[in-house]
Amino acid sequence: MDPLLELLLNAVVAGLLLGAFYAAVAVGIAIAFGMLDIPNLAHPAFVVMGAFAVWLLNDAFGLDPILAGILCLPPFFLLGVLLYQAYYACFESRGENALQGLAFFFGILFVTEVVLILVIGADYRTVAAPYIGPNWRIGGIDLPLRMLVPALVSLLMIGGLHLLLTRSFIGRAILAVSQDPLALQLMGASPVRTKRLAFGLSIATAAIAGALLIIIQPVEPSIGREFIGRAFAVVVLGGMGSFVGMLMAAMVLGVTESLVATLFSPSWAPAIAFGFLLPTLAIRAGGLMGRKL
Amino acid sequence: MTGDAPLSRPPMGTLAFWCWAAAFTGVVYLAGRWVTNDYVFFAGYIVLQYVLLATAWNILGGYAGYVNFGTAAFFAIGAYISTALNKWLGLPLPALILAGAAVCGLIGLLMGGLTLKLQGVFFSIATLALAIVTQALITNWEYVGGAAGAYVIRPSRGPLGGSYVEYLFYTMLLLATLAVCIARTVERSAAGFGLAAIRDDEAAAEAAGVPTMKLKVATTVLSGALMGAAGAPLPFFVTYLDPPSAFNLAVAVNTIAMPLVGGTATWIGPVIGAVLLSIVQEAAMVTISSAVNLLLVGLIMIGFITLAPNGIMGLLRGRRR
Amino acid sequence: MAALLDVQGLGKRFGGFTALADIDLQVAAGERLGLIGPNGSGKSTFVNCISGTLRHDSGRVTLGGQLLDALPPHQRTRLGLARSFQLPRPFGSLTVAENLRVPLLYAGATKLSDAECRERGMALLGQVGLADKAAQRPRDLTQIEQRKLELARAMAAGPRLLIADESMAGLSNAEVDEIVDLLLRLNGQGVTIIMIEHIMRAVMAFSQRLVCFVAGRKVADGLPEEVVRNPEVERAYLGE
Repeated sequence: MDPLLELLLNAVVAGLLLGAFYAAVAVGIAIAFGMLDIPNLAHPAFVVMGAFAVWLLNDAFGLDPILAGILCLPPFFLLGVLLYQAYYACFESRGENALQGLAFFFGILFVTEVVLILVIGADYRTVAAPYIGPNWRIGGIDLPLRMLVPALVSLLMIGGLHLLLTRSFIGRAILAVSQDPLALQLMGASPVRTKRLAFGLSIATAAIAGALLIIIQPVEPSIGREFIGRAFAVVVLGGMGSFVGMLMAAMVLGVTESLVATLFSPSWAPAIAFGFLLPTLAIRAGGLMGRKL
Repeated sequence: MTGDAPLSRPPMGTLAFWCWAAAFTGVVYLAGRWVTNDYVFFAGYIVLQYVLLATAWNILGGYAGYVNFGTAAFFAIGAYISTALNKWLGLPLPALILAGAAVCGLIGLLMGGLTLKLQGVFFSIATLALAIVTQALITNWEYVGGAAGAYVIRPSRGPLGGSYVEYLFYTMLLLATLAVCIARTVERSAAGFGLAAIRDDEAAAEAAGVPTMKLKVATTVLSGALMGAAGAPLPFFVTYLDPPSAFNLAVAVNTIAMPLVGGTATWIGPVIGAVLLSIVQEAAMVTISSAVNLLLVGLIMIGFITLAPNGIMGLLRGRRR
Repeated sequence: MAALLDVQGLGKRFGGFTALADIDLQVAAGERLGLIGPNGSGKSTFVNCISGTLRHDSGRVTLGGQLLDALPPHQRTRLGLARSFQLPRPFGSLTVAENLRVPLLYAGATKLSDAECRERGMALLGQVGLADKAAQRPRDLTQIEQRKLELARAMAAGPRLLIADESMAGLSNAEVDEIVDLLLRLNGQGVTIIMIEHIMRAVMAFSQRLVCFVAGRKVADGLPEEVVRNPEVERAYLGE
């Protein structure tokens, strides 16, 4: 194959795999912000926390990272539930004060990062697993397993969530509460309880996303901030709550970042997400599919 | 402008306040001439810098209700424009401050124009993303040292006699006092009412004739410019400027925490918050460690947000009623 | 008489749902128009489109000969179109008097001095009977007082046309009469008023002309006595 074409194709494939991972990070925000209107800026910090939890389990017990991530699901779910209770008690029930709610999550983001630095240290940590290292090669295309496995797990997780939301009662209650809380109440489900469960779900995804993160790259406490722009850009571009849109947006972002990194320089990567976010906001679109802002 | 609001004494007129502020600046300057220990000026500079940043942030965040998470970006841009122009043209500090303010004002205009049409949340997210992007861009900007940073020569004497650090202190004193005066003037002006209306209910404000977009953009420009001015002297203060020191996490959090703790409704809040939190952090840094002191700020901020959302001023006002 | 408000072919869709379809409506200067219709018939959407809070998809809106279509709400207010909100939306951190100050400062044609603002504000509060509450916060007011504040704030903009959107929901009979009297007085001062209401007593007492919306369309437009006897109107309210 023509070397340039091979280079580009590899960049695109790497971008798709990266995008699938971005979707795993973003899905929590798609639920919290896209569906529940809770601007959880701290979500990336929870992803990093998940990554470190997985590291601890992997380092101490040799547990497979993905398995460790699954083990972390219940405590993270609980954390989400508790966090929502605090948020609800302090803000939602008191009425609209967006400033305080945003600042609250910003504070959580920041405190989480500092606590991680204090407890675990500022060094980069990695995990060990049999699929970190080997590359598959199909045609001229490289498929590093440490990217491929997270991408597949991510798609599985998002697919599973989609099924949960569209088929189960609690899932449909969540979709309903995002559209019309009053109607939900009239149907006998408690909006607060539903939102609480949904938010718990959203934080639970951070456990898996964290596991995927530390498989893909070494993690240190402050890298969460790099993902805020990406995750929110993906959710907004994808239409605020639409999983399909979010996935598509994540792929587009991943491919763009990969191409720019390959053709120009990797240090421009964070700017890409911003470049996506601003025009999307400016156009006031409903994103690729989904409801209007 | 005697208000209809229930105050226990009539508020000072605008002109009178500016005069008092000028007098205050003069008094501090005179007192400073007696001080020989440069540490006083170092510490004082940092407190005043925070007063300036907190006040600047609060004009948009507290008065209008639009939370800017990207203060680090404006601050850093001010610092880096200053470094670049100093390297290129060797301009004096006042010119660098103006340049930093102008560039940041422009950025505020551009970003505001794009994101202020939407709900406040999207503006805030955009500012957060802006901070990250700015860091990426500046890390790639080789002229000012890129990731490695740049050294800035700090002259040993300031133009007023006395050390250069003393000069920086007075400069920041002037800027901070100016910012407070501007904030108070805005607060009590027609614009201040418009901003309060926007904060309370933007749709109702529009319906009442307030040109919300224009006001919000103007406020963003003002706030950004002031933050850029705060950053401009930084290279001379630290003498070595690199992305981590400019995109200081402490700056990002303190700028928001200080108004929230002090009270976002009036100009006094940011000042109180800045002084208080500066003292707390200085004490913590000396007694415990510098990492913990950031944690402390974060926890205090969350504590106030959840328990005393109107800050210290809110607590004081509540007791008066 | 030339129409003060001229709405032609107004249409608004939300995704697949048509909230308003092809609305033609003219309101003469000084007129008292009542707008009725069952829930979901598009009355609030209509107000939002006229006032500029929503962008309409088709048609045109003219006020006193001036095209409003591309103008944001605050400019429409400045041109003389004021609306009150269905659920009162006061400025919570400001006092009652300061609530009026905002439109007095921003919506007026001429720049008022502080003293003039205060004078006019107090005069308006006096008109609605809130003069003694000037220094209080909106959250300390009763329901009807909040609605009066809502109307007073709309009036403070000095409008030629005032749209009162369900200002009387949940009020007692006596309170409803109070508001109707207030609006009649306003109309006597030359303000054209569109009253959107469900309370038929108020609508019949107030309106010179009545318009009925059903499912996003105008189905009746004429004298109140005739409109209420219109079979389509009856059907919309009472069912088949």
